[in-house]
Amino acid sequence: MGHYWQEISALTMRWVRRLSREKFSMLFTLVQPMLFWLIFFGNLFQRAADTQVMQAPNYISFLAAGVVVMTVLNNGLAGGVDLLFDKENGFLERLMSTPIHRTSVILSRFIFVMAITSMQVLVILGVAYLFGVQPATGILGVAMILLIGMMFGVGLTAISMAMAFSVKSHGDFFSVLGFLSLPMIFLSSALVPLTAMPGWMSVLAQFNPMTWAIDAVRPLILSGWTEALPHVGMVVLVMIVFDALCLYGGAKAFRRAMG
Amino acid sequence: MDRTIAIDVSHLSKTYDSYRAVDDLSFQVYAGEIFGLLGPNGAGKSTTLRTLITLLHPTSGTATVMGHDTVRDADKVRTLIGYVPQERAIDRFLTGREHLQLLGALYHLTKEEAAKRIAELLKLVELEAHADRPAKTYSGGMKRKLDIACGLLPDPKVLFLDEPTLGLDVQSRLRIWEYVRMLKARGMTIVMTTNYLDEADQLCDRLAIIDGGKIKTLGSPVELKIALGGDIVSLTLKETGRISSLESDLTGRPAIKTVRATPKGLDIRVESPEKALPAILESANRLGCNIEFIQYNRPRLDDVFIAHTGRAITESIPESETV
Repeated sequence: MGHYWQEISALTMRWVRRLSREKFSMLFTLVQPMLFWLIFFGNLFQRAADTQVMQAPNYISFLAAGVVVMTVLNNGLAGGVDLLFDKENGFLERLMSTPIHRTSVILSRFIFVMAITSMQVLVILGVAYLFGVQPATGILGVAMILLIGMMFGVGLTAISMAMAFSVKSHGDFFSVLGFLSLPMIFLSSALVPLTAMPGWMSVLAQFNPMTWAIDAVRPLILSGWTEALPHVGMVVLVMIVFDALCLYGGAKAFRRAMG
Repeated sequence: MDRTIAIDVSHLSKTYDSYRAVDDLSFQVYAGEIFGLLGPNGAGKSTTLRTLITLLHPTSGTATVMGHDTVRDADKVRTLIGYVPQERAIDRFLTGREHLQLLGALYHLTKEEAAKRIAELLKLVELEAHADRPAKTYSGGMKRKLDIACGLLPDPKVLFLDEPTLGLDVQSRLRIWEYVRMLKARGMTIVMTTNYLDEADQLCDRLAIIDGGKIKTLGSPVELKIALGGDIVSLTLKETGRISSLESDLTGRPAIKTVRATPKGLDIRVESPEKALPAILESANRLGCNIEFIQYNRPRLDDVFIAHTGRAITESIPESETV
């Protein structure tokens, strides 16, 4: 157990060090989602969006939940990128030829991605707060939002790592990533509520786990516990199934790649 | 001679879909020797090496390192080996010291043990002055040195080097050879793959030539060259009429294996040039043959390679054999 912890903390520290050496990239990682989506998109649609349809006081407060989950989505889907580079330049082989527990590298990546994502979610909620969005469920609600984000993030990171272990080249990886990310956002309740979507889109959006996450995070921000609890209960169930599937697929891909 | 066996590979095969990367390979590596796996790209060297370092499971057959099975006792094997991958497996954002510290934790060393060993290794590979700079500022040779220091961090019984000097300049190359020889002098067993014939010739105590997933021949560089039939002394005579008398005089003499007449002289395969050359000159003098020209060729590893694989190592493998 002591060894396991020594391995995981050293490997996690490596991800932290890498990020801190890439200051420029760190800035963009942290700033990009809230800058593009929350500040620009949120304010841009402030008057174009119908608050009756949104069921929210204004568009930014409606969008906040969507931006939180979008951040989880993007971080999760990109979570395997560093492992992909490690695989391509042989660093992963070097790590795996040491007497470490086979899961240490992966676990360190999960810990790192979850920690970064949680920090970003807090920053987004902070910026939203500056635009007048106060979470209706308070600190406990914020904790719940982080938990939902992590549950969704674990599955996404597992998908990303499975892809990193399976693809032939990193070109393939980024093509799939680009192909997945935007449709996932448009076919969810991130930007528009399901009721306001064309029928076929809302049908598709119901099968998107992202929709379930957003539908739980949104009332936590806008309404309060009574409204939120049924959605929270539902998303926990959905995410358990989602994570189980993703982790199973990820474990298979990992075992195939690592012999 | 009875020697300790460090690595025992027995009927090892590895198949990818329908492609046999390694086909029924068997060999042993003795403790304390430098063993080379020589072959062109795609011959199965790296697959063999990856099996030995526990990263690949064989399709059939077994491999043991210091008596431990690479599949069943993988964790034990991993504590005994060091690995220097073929690619520059370097994290460009980490400093040299951070690389070694990371590995120290993965080998479960305490901070003090790790610090002591890291200081020694940085000194050994002459990277002390650059230890705290990010690896992206390193030259190719420095990255390779760091690679080797990483491989040595666990103080391994067996060190695996995958193409240790691929793409390096001549000076760095000679320096890496120096390290390898020094490690052998310290009693380490070293297994390396290479597709440089001169490297195999210079460094390896024994080597296996691998092609198409099979071992074509195995032995020390000298043995392999001798097995080709010895060195060749070519004589060009001034008077071609005396060729046959010299030929019959030399045939059957000690240290001389075969004598063959050529249009201008003789091609003589000799066992040892030290003994054969005086005898040849004495005969020629005695029979009054005027020698115009003597050429002496020692078979090179290139000749061994061509003899066993049917092509030069630099020639690419026919399409059908590649993945």
